[in-house]
Amino acid sequence: MDNSLSFTKPLLETPFHERTYEACYNNDWYRWAGYKIAREYSNTELEYTAMRNTAGVLDITPMHKYDIKGADAIKFVDKLVTRNASEIKSGQVMYIIWCNEDGNVIDDGTVFCFDSNHLRIFCAERNLNWFSDTAIGFDVEVEDVSDTIAALAFQGPLSCKILNLLNVKNIENLRPFYFDDFDLNGCKVTISRTGFSGDLGYEIWCKNEDAISVWDSLFKFNRDYKVLPAGMNALEMVRVEAGFIQPNADFMSAEQALRPNRMRNPFELGMGWLVDLNKNYFTGKKNLVNLKKKTLTKKLVGLDIQGDKPAIGSVLYDKNKKEIGIVTAGMWSPSLKSNIAFGYVDKDHMKIGSKVFAEIYHPEELEYKKIWAECSVVKKQFFNPPRRHKVPAEI
Amino acid sequence: MPKTNYDVAIVGGGHNGLTTACYLAKAGLKVAVIERHSYVGGAAVSRELHPGWTYSNCSYVCSLLRPEIFRDLELSKYGLQIIPYEGSATMLDDGRFYAHYSDHDLNYRSIAQFSKKDAEAYERFGKDVMRQCKIIKPLLKMTPPDPTSFRPKDIMGLLEFAKYFAAKDELGGLGEKEIYDTIRFWTMSVRDYLEEYFESDVVKAHLAGSAIIGTALGPYSPGSAYVLLHHYMGEVDGTVGAWGYSRGGMGSITKAMAASLKANGGDIIAGSPVTKILIKNNRSHGVVLENGDEIFADKLVSNLDVKRTFLKVVEKKELPDDFYNAVKNFKIRGSSGKLNIALDDLPIWKSIPEGDPAGTGDLHITQSIEEMEGAYDDWKDGRWSQFPYVDMCIPSINDPTMAPQGKHYMSVFVQYVPYNLADGGWTEEKRLEFGKHVMGRIGSYSENFNDIIKHAEIRTPKELEKEVGLTEGNIFQGELTMDQLMFNRPIPGYAQYKTPIKNLYMCGSSTHPGGGVMGAPGANAAREILIDLKKQFNSHYI
Repeated sequence: MDNSLSFTKPLLETPFHERTYEACYNNDWYRWAGYKIAREYSNTELEYTAMRNTAGVLDITPMHKYDIKGADAIKFVDKLVTRNASEIKSGQVMYIIWCNEDGNVIDDGTVFCFDSNHLRIFCAERNLNWFSDTAIGFDVEVEDVSDTIAALAFQGPLSCKILNLLNVKNIENLRPFYFDDFDLNGCKVTISRTGFSGDLGYEIWCKNEDAISVWDSLFKFNRDYKVLPAGMNALEMVRVEAGFIQPNADFMSAEQALRPNRMRNPFELGMGWLVDLNKNYFTGKKNLVNLKKKTLTKKLVGLDIQGDKPAIGSVLYDKNKKEIGIVTAGMWSPSLKSNIAFGYVDKDHMKIGSKVFAEIYHPEELEYKKIWAECSVVKKQFFNPPRRHKVPAEI
Repeated sequence: MPKTNYDVAIVGGGHNGLTTACYLAKAGLKVAVIERHSYVGGAAVSRELHPGWTYSNCSYVCSLLRPEIFRDLELSKYGLQIIPYEGSATMLDDGRFYAHYSDHDLNYRSIAQFSKKDAEAYERFGKDVMRQCKIIKPLLKMTPPDPTSFRPKDIMGLLEFAKYFAAKDELGGLGEKEIYDTIRFWTMSVRDYLEEYFESDVVKAHLAGSAIIGTALGPYSPGSAYVLLHHYMGEVDGTVGAWGYSRGGMGSITKAMAASLKANGGDIIAGSPVTKILIKNNRSHGVVLENGDEIFADKLVSNLDVKRTFLKVVEKKELPDDFYNAVKNFKIRGSSGKLNIALDDLPIWKSIPEGDPAGTGDLHITQSIEEMEGAYDDWKDGRWSQFPYVDMCIPSINDPTMAPQGKHYMSVFVQYVPYNLADGGWTEEKRLEFGKHVMGRIGSYSENFNDIIKHAEIRTPKELEKEVGLTEGNIFQGELTMDQLMFNRPIPGYAQYKTPIKNLYMCGSSTHPGGGVMGAPGANAAREILIDLKKQFNSHYI
């Protein structure tokens, strides 16, 4: 891992690079927050299957990590996010979104509460400026600790079993959206029962110098249980099945949208459940109160699409062929054997069970087959197996 | 009039019976599935026959299950997951192995080791078979039209059939040449078909296996090429011809179906077999169970094979003679055996190295098509094959739920095993001797196989018949030959899931489009029943 600034090497390598480089047979790298992350190690289908059948290991080191320290740490987070975070307890993780003053969503992420004076926010986009501005007037320090913590997502039905075999004590009793410190292969790590796969899974946070040892330990039982490193393509599949949306893919971050009408508020994203208008003032509250009263004009919904041809980039229509929206993510779901998608629809088609149509251009041997496919509006969370929530987790 | 308990009762809780029941329950009907065992599943079951090990003790791999049925019945929600194969192999006597891989380039190089020409021909073969699969796909979900009938429904059906056959939607249309190819494919022997592509005996032997599995035909028998197609027309996530494991064994399929049925308000009445279908004035109205219970329903559907239905549970006096005779003549010959083995460790093969994906899918022992034909000759002579075609797999390598950590479950399908032995019939000793013979064959390709066997379940066609109820232990509920396919399946004139008895339907693999854990017969039967009831049949089309 050589991360010195060099004009020939604009991308950083994560502390797992020695291993991911070895495993990435396809040499197919994705740029994530300035890091090289494998897009596909050797076979996306198998990497996906590992996450649904055994376990997959994802290098999520590029996640941005911000320490919030000081007496007002909780108050700060409560002002930043739309949810009521004032009751967060140590050891707890909360899924959060934050908005600008107009009530448009900037990003989503998780906040970990170490104690009332120390919280840490994990998110996909850079937010140091936004957090620092929000911190004005609070007794807190915001520090970007992104490069000091290595992180792996360990997702799949055998994840708990394997951690248990690795003598991670009491891991099965860690509840969803909680974290704790554990010993893993002689390394002190933080493990949270969180993840992007919508399945049983954990995220493991460790020191950079322990990264290789932590990586290796997760593959220790591979003769019996085939764990695979999984790339971003496989991650994309599981996150859509799980119903997780992504900034700058399913909506434009309010901080990055060039065109103001591309910004989205939480209600439009189907995240109204994360907005607590009864709590104290938070950024965006005033406008969200007004927006809540207004009729939504568009909403991101789940779509169950006839046929098996993915509706990637499809335009959505009503039955009179009037354009009503667009698909943001679409795929054939191997777990559900369904053709699923996220898409924006207009106010007449937001209800579950509404029918819309997708115009799909499916490439077939140098010609496009134009498919007019009926879609049912469904919940975005397509895949949600009981094992994901079970406590104690399956070992 | 007797009190009617159900709108529809299904006799037999196999995957097709459950599929029919699920669709009917989803349409709002009051439905019951009657199953003789305490568990449902028919030949798609997961059973713990050795503590800690789960056996898919009948059917063992999944490909044919129609994705639209998976989707319509929300089987994912009820726990079903399919794990795709990564490879397959044929082990050779000279210590080499021939492998297929899901990685396209690796696959080419693997075949090229035996013949560069064949490696290239495999691409052509793959394309041609895929074309046939695309032609047949829409026919699977279609009720076969009766070519002798002038009813508008049948005439429309024939037009639809012709449209599908021309593959307008699937392939943008076929030319004359392709239509001739299709007709040839459906009637040729697999040996002749493969001869047109390949030169290597090993390549041909590896591919021919799919044409004889479960079939009382040899690779030289006309019609065997169709059986190969039947095994290729499934898919895993759009990869036509791909196979996979059902996580938790094949029983996960029927468990998920049963859960889907219950979620839609359907009942499962398990534990006692149906001994008689009650018929009055040529109309069925109920069933009698062995335990004496009577269950009444407006409509009855038999998931049992056509012979078992009409020779065992419907009284002869209720049937027209020509129909009865046609049922008696229906070909449903037992030709397969099965071993389910609990292993203490992973087998070490003399040829395939540990960790090679080739060793994780179906593994075969056969040297050539001639050897397979010889195995068929043994069957005709009333013996189990001296050199049987063995299709085995170790699902526990990919499916972590089948065996304890570090231990393995092996499924061994054996072709050919006769239903009746020439030398005086099956005895317990002969059954064990048959198992020993097969294990000996496998053992000769492995360094440690004989030392790691903890338990083995040995099944001849007799056991398959006794446990699952399949006549003669035929896994397809009837041979997949042209005289018994499409509008001829199971009986000419009765290919539309109906029977000579009013209100009695069929939904098992004896009906179109036939065997395999496909669910299509069950879904088609449900559609016919709903049409008769003037109700909507809702399905995805994939």
